Amino acid sequence: MRLPAGLRWTLRVITWLVLLFLYAPLAIVVMNSFNKSRTFAFPPTGVTLKWWHAASHSSGALDALWTSVKAGLGATAIAIVLGTMAAFAVQRYNFFGKNTVSFLVILPIALPGIITGIALNATFRTVFDPLGIGFGLTTVIIGHATFCIVIVYNNIQARLRRTGSSLVEASSDLGATGWQTFRFVTFPMIRTALVAGALLAFGLSFDEIVVTTFTSSPDVQTLPLWIFANLFRPNQAPIVDVVAAVLIVLAVVPVWLSQRLGDDPSSGRI
Amino acid sequence: MGHEVAGAQELTAAAPRNRGSLSTFFATKRRTRLAILLSAPMLWLVVAYLGSLGVMFASALWTTDSFTGNVVKTISGDNLHAVYTSPVYWRVAWRTVEAALAVTVIDAIIALPVAFYMSKIASRRTRLFMVVAVLTPLWASYLVKAYAWRTLLAPDGPVSWVFAGHTPGYGFTATVITLAYLWLPFMVLPVFAGFERLPNGLLEASSDLGAKPMRTIRSVVLPMVFPAVAAGSIFTFSLSLGDYIAVGIVGGKTQLLANVIYGQLITANNQPLAAALATMPLIAIVLYLLAMRRTGALENV
Repeated sequence: MRLPAGLRWTLRVITWLVLLFLYAPLAIVVMNSFNKSRTFAFPPTGVTLKWWHAASHSSGALDALWTSVKAGLGATAIAIVLGTMAAFAVQRYNFFGKNTVSFLVILPIALPGIITGIALNATFRTVFDPLGIGFGLTTVIIGHATFCIVIVYNNIQARLRRTGSSLVEASSDLGATGWQTFRFVTFPMIRTALVAGALLAFGLSFDEIVVTTFTSSPDVQTLPLWIFANLFRPNQAPIVDVVAAVLIVLAVVPVWLSQRLGDDPSSGRI
Repeated sequence: MGHEVAGAQELTAAAPRNRGSLSTFFATKRRTRLAILLSAPMLWLVVAYLGSLGVMFASALWTTDSFTGNVVKTISGDNLHAVYTSPVYWRVAWRTVEAALAVTVIDAIIALPVAFYMSKIASRRTRLFMVVAVLTPLWASYLVKAYAWRTLLAPDGPVSWVFAGHTPGYGFTATVITLAYLWLPFMVLPVFAGFERLPNGLLEASSDLGAKPMRTIRSVVLPMVFPAVAAGSIFTFSLSLGDYIAVGIVGGKTQLLANVIYGQLITANNQPLAAALATMPLIAIVLYLLAMRRTGALENV
């Protein structure tokens, strides 16, 4: 569109200012992790690596990191299976209630986290606890898987829509069995979308705190729960800064990878 | 595409042999295959998720023993009655809806020019860079970002330093700012996608017909991206309704629905009252979704 130079420049300045606004708080956290003073004094009083050293020996943070990894892997594994199945059903078949199925998949992430959290908490208390499944890693994984399904579903569905079904039909016409078609045609087509979906699902699980609070037990602490518990402890604040700085830097990895593997970077999260 | 071609060649070689009876069965029974594909995800979502929502509604009707604090599973409307007749809870509910709407409006106002610039003005390379730049903070820990705002807004923090002692302090305003910051990418990305779907030809046609840029923006651009803004607003609104962390970190004494619910469940250990309170944001989001459905937003999510 032909716009007056003044308007173009205004829009350009606004856009870069907004990007600056997005990154400034993150920069402050990273900077603070090197800040000599214990509280977040600004401007910083000096540069030190003391907190990074302390954080690498903080058993609380490392245990929480390990718990988060386990929860993320468990939830991602369930989400891959269920999300892929649902995506194939919706994209490759016509059936009554198809819209309801896609609505159901989106629902856990469209509803506020507190509702999902309270609902799962109520179920775990009244149904799971009497069955001997107490609050813990299992319940956290169940909770996370519920809202991770949609991420895998969206990625696979987008890929199936883009690739169409003609190659699969050609494969059957050439005499391939259902398994051969899946192994040599369908799976290679969706492989990168699967990896992208899995990465994003893991990222979502790794970062989740609202549902986690209501599905976890006191002895199962994911990294976000650990950060939240230590946020207001003056002694731990610098270590929280370091953990936060590490998480900010790590955030680039899933975005970069899924952007290279997926169809469209903006489809990464629904 | 290289993989598929290679796969197809391997396949023609392997095709004639090994036609297992099981796979023949699956190949002919489309309905059966569909049923198998749907069974596990639907079992999970209907039983685990909808079932849980059902248990939540049921538990809103239970009460707690005032002496032991244990849940008593007898049906009573006491909690729902207490929640919906209490002026305190209504005030908290309105404050929460106000915060969610304020966050949504702020994010829409910021996202429109940014997404427009990214989609229609920036070069291809800048556009890709900006999409990734907007997407990346989404994956930086949510808690860390809320915490960063606590640092920024601290009495001796950077905002106070830049504005010579003027900061909003911790409270309702700080909560709205923080939430608007947290959910901004959720608004920018759908609006950007909306602009990408808007054909450049329409904008040119409008200016060929003599419309000035502002007129084109008002009469062509805004009506066409409105469904995308509505789609983004579902996220900003829903996420704001359900947030108790940011309020806890930068809200000072501010009470929003989610942290009242959290307090009832975790601190007061009154699960039935928490479940009854949770119906408030649920009604708010259902009303919002129904309102947004009329704009065609749900097809854009």
